[in-house]
Amino acid sequence: MTMINQIQIMFSYDFMRNALYASLLVGVACGLIGTLVVLNRIVFLGGGIAHAAYGGIGLAYYFGQDPMLGAILFSILSALGMGLVHLRTKARSDTLIGVMWSIGMAIGIIFVSLTPGFKADLMSYLFGSLLAVSGADLRLMAVVVVLVIAFVVLLYRSLQAISFDETFSTVRNLPVAVLYLVMLVMIGLTVVVAIRVVGLIMVIAMLTIPPATANLFLKDMKGMMLLSIGLGWLFSAVGLMVSFALNLQAGSVIILVASLSYLLAAGVKKLIVHLKP
Amino acid sequence: MTGQAVIELEDVWAGYESDRVLEAVNFRMEAGDYVGLIGPNGGGKTTLIKVILGLIKPERGVGRVMGVSPEKGRHFIGYVPQIQQNDKEFPIKVWDVVSMGRLKTNPLSNLFLSETDKAVIERSLRQMDILDLAKRSINELSGGQRQRVTIARALATEPKILLLDEPTSSVDSRSSSQMYDLLAELNRTISILLISHDLTAISTYVKTIGCVNRRLVYNGQKEITNEMLSSAYECPVDLVAHGIPHRVLPPHQEGDDHD
Repeated sequence: MTMINQIQIMFSYDFMRNALYASLLVGVACGLIGTLVVLNRIVFLGGGIAHAAYGGIGLAYYFGQDPMLGAILFSILSALGMGLVHLRTKARSDTLIGVMWSIGMAIGIIFVSLTPGFKADLMSYLFGSLLAVSGADLRLMAVVVVLVIAFVVLLYRSLQAISFDETFSTVRNLPVAVLYLVMLVMIGLTVVVAIRVVGLIMVIAMLTIPPATANLFLKDMKGMMLLSIGLGWLFSAVGLMVSFALNLQAGSVIILVASLSYLLAAGVKKLIVHLKP
Repeated sequence: MTGQAVIELEDVWAGYESDRVLEAVNFRMEAGDYVGLIGPNGGGKTTLIKVILGLIKPERGVGRVMGVSPEKGRHFIGYVPQIQQNDKEFPIKVWDVVSMGRLKTNPLSNLFLSETDKAVIERSLRQMDILDLAKRSINELSGGQRQRVTIARALATEPKILLLDEPTSSVDSRSSSQMYDLLAELNRTISILLISHDLTAISTYVKTIGCVNRRLVYNGQKEITNEMLSSAYECPVDLVAHGIPHRVLPPHQEGDDHD
């Protein structure tokens, strides 16, 4: 039996095909948005949005609504809240972001514990549940990917400018605050769909490892975005197959594949720089 | 004093929360001027720049750029910020940095560069003699080259005024003197306001000098007066330390013949 055969068998299952499609979609959103997160140095803010989303998940559970809806609502609200804090008080914004991060988690945990009945799949929001992706999840991911692509393509030069030099952009009278807040909302939406794949605890890795790896070799934002997408696809596909073969939790394996690849790439780069002169 | 005012500050008081940095600042700069403002670190140079660019509102007094409020008039200013160490890590090419000078206010209209935009970017790069670096990433450049990129970006805005913040802070002395020659040439069509703590560099090239240290002393002259010495006495410390007191001190000044 060949490798190709095994892969064919793997993807003859519906849940494996859905998992692959989800990885590919989320890879696009994370590659584009993750590059902006890394270049704007707001990784912590991204983590804050992801964890605050748990408050929405808990509330939605309690009121018998779709948890994804709660996650979207909370991640957008927390993105706007953290964005305003970040724009107003540059110096101490990390403290306030940390507070919102915890408030979101606390609300989530309290409402989940108040909800009677069986709630095993709540763990899936913390650690991801790639193999349980539904058709509705895929549709939501597709909508987010379209929004993110439109956002990045239409506003590329403005986004590059505010990421590189906020003051100069302000002097040119670009609406810096509006652009910044829209960017954070896009981060929020991306976080929500990435939660499906790797869970909210590991979302940061999904956003940052592909761009960080790409940035080792490329010194151009556009190139970084495209390579990040490719790397995201590669990490997810490899991780997914390894997890299937070894019967391990998919999200965690994807993150480990990504992290090891980053370390390997950083080593290779060191070697190249070392051998050059 | 009959030329058109490009920057005016009238009785400006400004600062942050309880910490007042600027007091009773009056300043008038006219078209064609080349003004150097010196002052010690913490003397309010950065705050002054922020007031002129409309980035902070003065507690009292008004600022005007090209006769209107700083927020409305700042697009006439080609701003050359101090080079920050961390933007060296940002992955971006020289061409893309300079093209930021062509950004329009409506973000959606920045999708493509027009032919005019491209021509202006190319001209700005050529003016700063860095057209050959256009495709290079900025983190491959030397301090002097990066400073030229920042000035080229300001020129790409087709400014009436160039505002430079510590332009020689990360530049070696040879490329800094080349840069000042370029600025002198640009001054034929553009008014220049240069702000620095480095008197030596400024005094040789600018037309007039002022001093900022909480208050601003500026008489539209090239020499540092007794008034400046007494109101902002940290300036002449710089001045004596650099060993060129004769260039900027007025001739009737006594006791400066130690050189």
